[in-house]
Amino acid sequence: MEIKTEDYTVRYDEATATVSCAGSLRLSGMEEYAPILHMLNEAAEQQTDALNLDLRNLEFLNSSGINVLSKFVINVRQRKSPQVNVQGSKKIPWQGKSLKNLQRLLPTLELSLE
Amino acid sequence: MDSWYTGVRTQNAQIFGHYIEEPPNNVEYLVIGFSPSSIPLKQRWRNNGLSADFLADYLQTFFIAEDAGDIQISIKNAVGYIANELLENAMKFNDETAHFPTSVVLRLFSDQLIFYVTNSIKPESVEAFQLFIQRLLSEDLEEMYINQLEKNACDDYPNQSGLGFLTMLNDYAAQLGWKFDTVNHDTGLEVTIVTTMVQLNVPTA
Repeated sequence: MEIKTEDYTVRYDEATATVSCAGSLRLSGMEEYAPILHMLNEAAEQQTDALNLDLRNLEFLNSSGINVLSKFVINVRQRKSPQVNVQGSKKIPWQGKSLKNLQRLLPTLELSLE
Repeated sequence: MDSWYTGVRTQNAQIFGHYIEEPPNNVEYLVIGFSPSSIPLKQRWRNNGLSADFLADYLQTFFIAEDAGDIQISIKNAVGYIANELLENAMKFNDETAHFPTSVVLRLFSDQLIFYVTNSIKPESVEAFQLFIQRLLSEDLEEMYINQLEKNACDDYPNQSGLGFLTMLNDYAAQLGWKFDTVNHDTGLEVTIVTTMVQLNVPTA
């Protein structure tokens, strides 16, 4: 499953239980983000064990996008599964600043910045 | 059709938070202005990203000190994020009927950067916005941020989430201030405008 535009790509690979986001996500609100949130929630439903969220190539995320990731992790918290592992990059400063907040919403979330 | 404004009347200005009047033009600065336009918001949205990236790229040339690589990347990223959020807000809350131009000013000092974004605002939005600002200035920001994320998660279409300001304050350690003012249109129409100021300290290498 993949959503691809000239600005960003969001891909769900069922075999590796990974949703990867790359590029710049600056959509204008929850309506525009709905297909991406839907893909994340569907991946979480299929992967009952663990789900990887690979953000290592996500250069930019606006506050509406932060809202989408938060909404997703709160949904996982309510369902009590799967284990969510977020992979980020130290080379992309916003990730070090903002991704830790996801852990506050879902304390079991594993965050690794490489 | 051209619109003319006869200048800002400051007698009724209301100031909130950490607001510093724009200094005289004796520092490096960059201004981007957007004319009132009939292009739908959706088509204009892309301009926010382009303008924010441009501001961030432009700024980078001023931080060329050796060993400043990480700081340079960090500032570029922060400017891109903050400019984009400020522009998104300006586009969302702008009073379309006022035909007032939106402007972004970025001022560069040796140890800090200051943004000023000015846009019109619908009169009916002013009160809610000012109440939100009062909360930003008085509440525990980390708690407010997390509560806002929790609240938004229950709401399918949160409109005025204020998350942009909360991330600037929490994640970027920015200082924010606002000035509300009125300007007179040549038709006699009075328009409410708001200038949002964001100050970002620049770490030294």
